[in-house]
Amino acid sequence: MAKIRSSEITPEEVYLNRRKFMKGLGAIAAVGMVSPSSVLPKNFGKEEELTSFKSITHYNNFYEFSTDKEEVAELSGALTTSPWDVEVTGLVEKPAKFSVDDLKSKYAQEERVYRLRCVEGWSMVIPWTGFPVASLLKDAQPTSKAKFMKMTTLMRPSEMKGQKNRWYDWPYVEGLRLDEAMNDLALFATGLYGKDLPNQNGAPIRLVVPWKYGFKSIKSIVKIELVEQMPTSLWMKAAPAEYGFYSNVNPNVSHPRWSQKSERRIGEFRRRKTLMFNGYEEEVSSLYSGMDLKKYF
Amino acid sequence: MKKLFKPAIHILCLIPLFILISDWLNDELTANPIQYLTLSTGKTALRLLTLSISITPIIFLTAKRDLNPARKLLGLYAAFYAALHFSIFVGLDYFFDWELIYETILEKPYVLVGFAAFSILSVMAVTSTKGWKRRLKKKWKPLHRFIYLAGILVTLHYIWLVKSDIREPLLYGAIIALFLLLRIPGIKNVITKFKNRTDSAKAAEA
Ligand code: HEM
Repeated sequence: MAKIRSSEITPEEVYLNRRKFMKGLGAIAAVGMVSPSSVLPKNFGKEEELTSFKSITHYNNFYEFSTDKEEVAELSGALTTSPWDVEVTGLVEKPAKFSVDDLKSKYAQEERVYRLRCVEGWSMVIPWTGFPVASLLKDAQPTSKAKFMKMTTLMRPSEMKGQKNRWYDWPYVEGLRLDEAMNDLALFATGLYGKDLPNQNGAPIRLVVPWKYGFKSIKSIVKIELVEQMPTSLWMKAAPAEYGFYSNVNPNVSHPRWSQKSERRIGEFRRRKTLMFNGYEEEVSSLYSGMDLKKYF
Repeated sequence: MKKLFKPAIHILCLIPLFILISDWLNDELTANPIQYLTLSTGKTALRLLTLSISITPIIFLTAKRDLNPARKLLGLYAAFYAALHFSIFVGLDYFFDWELIYETILEKPYVLVGFAAFSILSVMAVTSTKGWKRRLKKKWKPLHRFIYLAGILVTLHYIWLVKSDIREPLLYGAIIALFLLLRIPGIKNVITKFKNRTDSAKAAEA
């Protein structure tokens, strides 16, 4: 009998096999044997083909390590991700400090397949594992004054060599309006392809907001702070005319550099049309009703 | 030595192309091959353009006339890589979608200045032959000084297309500006005088 060496099994195969198995479980659940909600992936990618594990993990914008997307995978190996604490603080009734393991056991981990659209005009489809931002916020109980959620990445230049580049104002900061953060799509991801989050993808915990350009989905988070004033993100400081607070995927707001009307899906040859809110219009457009999105880009 | 000079320049200029071909054969054009091809051909074109511009001031400063043929060769290769760069943009990246290309050129000033630089390089490449040199007579030299304009336009192209950190494009711009300064008659005279003085001082010492 020919043995398959484990090194020959790609993460894709493992993941897809498991998913087939879980769909089977789902069928059993339908007749009332297992609760399916925590195991069945919610496929917000609408059954689109997943981007390969290799591409997802070797084509990374993570300037804390390098501005060269090819280099990040190797350089990020230097990051120590355990122990890792995430502080929940600011305008909340229940400030707290959690280890990532705490968070993983406290909140049921779900699988979500999301499209990711980078402002540079390329996109991927990624199977994440994580839990809704809303679950954490509900437990933290934002006070009535809290209007925004501000998140901060680890600052550790000894391991994150890119933070020695003085051009940018480290650490990386991002923010969401509270109602955006409470939207069901907003996820704190702790894994992808069924494995722990690789360092280059923002280990051990990152945000995923698929209707916004990729840079909004801040990586390697150490602090979540509820605030009253709109936070200023690193990119808003670096180039205020180009990167606004909202940064929703929007084919009608052009960028001085990259086409926002079209994009290249990694692994494909021809460009595709970019969709409003990256195709998540149904889920998020109500957040912006009455807003001029050309002004609030 | 002299015999090997031109072949050495050819080899130097073809290395980036061979690297791209070997990356392609080894499936190492990254997850986003078209962008990788665009960036690397653009970078090579700019580097060769800068090297080509550097030859005249280097000859002026060192009096090594033998370097002269390098200027034309480097310039032609710069035009060659720029043509590859442009073809990739039109044929691969935008797949001849003229409507989208037209919109992109109008919407993004960096593409417009890149196109202007590419046009200059193309005209210069075509008129680089002996035949054209004869036909254009006295107009040939001023025409080929447009290479400095091309260099400045490409610097702008580069400044406008980086995400935020403009230090690298500025470095190229500064180098090109320095070479341009060395060609301004007033500055040239000062350097010549200074050189003559040190030369005669050396002669006096001897
Ligand atoms: C019609 C003419 C041109 C077009 C449409 C064009 C288009 C582009 C595009 C789309 C990019 C990549 C932007 C990105 O993905 O971020 C780029 C980058 C670049 N181009 Fe051009 N370009 C043109 C002419 C030129 C010329 C003539 C040169 C040099 C002689 C040049 C040098 C560069 C350089 C240095 C880069 C950046 C490479 C890097 O970041 O590593 N381009 N160009």
